[in-house]
Amino acid sequence: MTKPLLEVEDLRVRFHLRTGTVEAVRGVSFQLGRERLGIVGESGSGKSQTGRAILGLTPPPGEVTAGRLAFDGIDLLTASRRTLRTLRGGRISMVMQDPKYSLNPVMTIGEQIIEAYQAHAKAGRGEARDRALAMLEAVKMRDPGRVFALYPHEVSGGMGQRAMIAMMLVTEPDLLIADEPTSALDVTVSMEILRILDELVSERGMGLIFISHDLKLVSSFCDRVLVMYAGRVVEELEAKHLREAKHPYTQGLMSCLPTLANDVRPLPTLNRDPAWAQ
Amino acid sequence: MLDIQNLHVVFGTGRLRVEAVKNVSFHVAAGESYGLVGESGSGKSTVLRAICGLAPISDGRVSVDGREVTTPRGKDFYRTVQMVFQDPYASLHPRHTVDRILSEPLAIHGEKDAEARILQALREVGLGSSFRFRYPHQLSGGQRQRIAIARALILRPKVLLLDEPTSALDASVQAEILNLLDELRRKMGLTYILVSHDLAVVAHLCERLLVMRHGEAIEETSAAALRTSQASNSYTQSLIQASQGYSRAAPDSTSIAV
Repeated sequence: MTKPLLEVEDLRVRFHLRTGTVEAVRGVSFQLGRERLGIVGESGSGKSQTGRAILGLTPPPGEVTAGRLAFDGIDLLTASRRTLRTLRGGRISMVMQDPKYSLNPVMTIGEQIIEAYQAHAKAGRGEARDRALAMLEAVKMRDPGRVFALYPHEVSGGMGQRAMIAMMLVTEPDLLIADEPTSALDVTVSMEILRILDELVSERGMGLIFISHDLKLVSSFCDRVLVMYAGRVVEELEAKHLREAKHPYTQGLMSCLPTLANDVRPLPTLNRDPAWAQ
Repeated sequence: MLDIQNLHVVFGTGRLRVEAVKNVSFHVAAGESYGLVGESGSGKSTVLRAICGLAPISDGRVSVDGREVTTPRGKDFYRTVQMVFQDPYASLHPRHTVDRILSEPLAIHGEKDAEARILQALREVGLGSSFRFRYPHQLSGGQRQRIAIARALILRPKVLLLDEPTSALDASVQAEILNLLDELRRKMGLTYILVSHDLAVVAHLCERLLVMRHGEAIEETSAAALRTSQASNSYTQSLIQASQGYSRAAPDSTSIAV
């Protein structure tokens, strides 16, 4: 790995509220190459805010500061809105959790993919249409032509999520941020989605940030995992070495899940140490 | 304790007719814990809702304690059977305090000694009396689910219907709630029917389970069989495999028609 695709150094996200300032992300640093990076944590750990901050999607009144936040050498903090617009959806894209809320309900799936493509590439309608259909086929839609003309409410959750992935990948991004892309889906469907993401990452050499609460899933899918707790990265490790996790929080997260293999009763629970949040 | 014979649940008529549950039968003995597993749209929650009267019984029989249930269900029924819902953020009244949430079932059933019962119910689910006058928004997800369980248990039912009781919760909180449910069942001799899409959760809490798909019962099996991956049905097998996490090497066994 020569130059990292994404450099994040001391990233902080603060929300100034009436009741005081809440720091949702507190000094997160990592580098990403063309690999699969997982960010795992429980609700409120700041994992989603980290993903959003990279794209500049922190909702107001949030404030983002960082020592360095750069994508392919471009400083995202000082970049103009215009530059950000060309990056977002073009070279960096994001797959959200629930296709029900993140697709446009009054546009057909095909139109939405065409719109995404034409926003970033100078292409005629015919070409955009061909690209959209090819993309729908790449995400294993059985009948791309039919799905193209459907509205989001006419497709199942799994198909909606595949349509969103198609839309995000049609511009051939270098970095894909997937925020709980399979949490709203059934297990067998989510395995299918992961297989598609996996193929696309290895075929195109894309960088992937996979944000999830599911430690087991992330460790079986990603190369490297960051474990977040209370806005900080408490541990970074190779996914295959997850069992040798050192931090008590990671260990606790691992052991508190019931498994089919072992019948542990009662399940060990997590005793949160205030020191972890320091 | 609970006997379901050839249950059918149909919603809508004519063009909009949907058969959500087709010919499902199972029997749960007293003190047993029984799981219903399946993906979304499999009808597992609808079975639960049909038992407690939130969905119609279009055909077939549902009997509790040897007696067939009546529609609408009487007060006696709700003294025996209570339900805990999936999302504690949605199932507790946002403008009622914990005290009011817990006293409502007592008032409906004309129970006396509400104060002592409420305090006892809070103790049973591992919360102190300091939680009594809080509103749901002042509680964490796990605490809310504890309140929902306390509300269900305050009438001393024999059967608890659990509809995905932990899927809205974080992993560490899920462990706490599963331990609590385990302990309460042992202490009070409760009968559980648990609906979940998570095989590991079902195997943890239940002895026997029914795998459902598209409204039909696919296979009845035991937690012990699940743990040793003994499933005769290929769909059950694929669910077991998917629950082990993502596998790069796995063949396309998961690409079953959606």
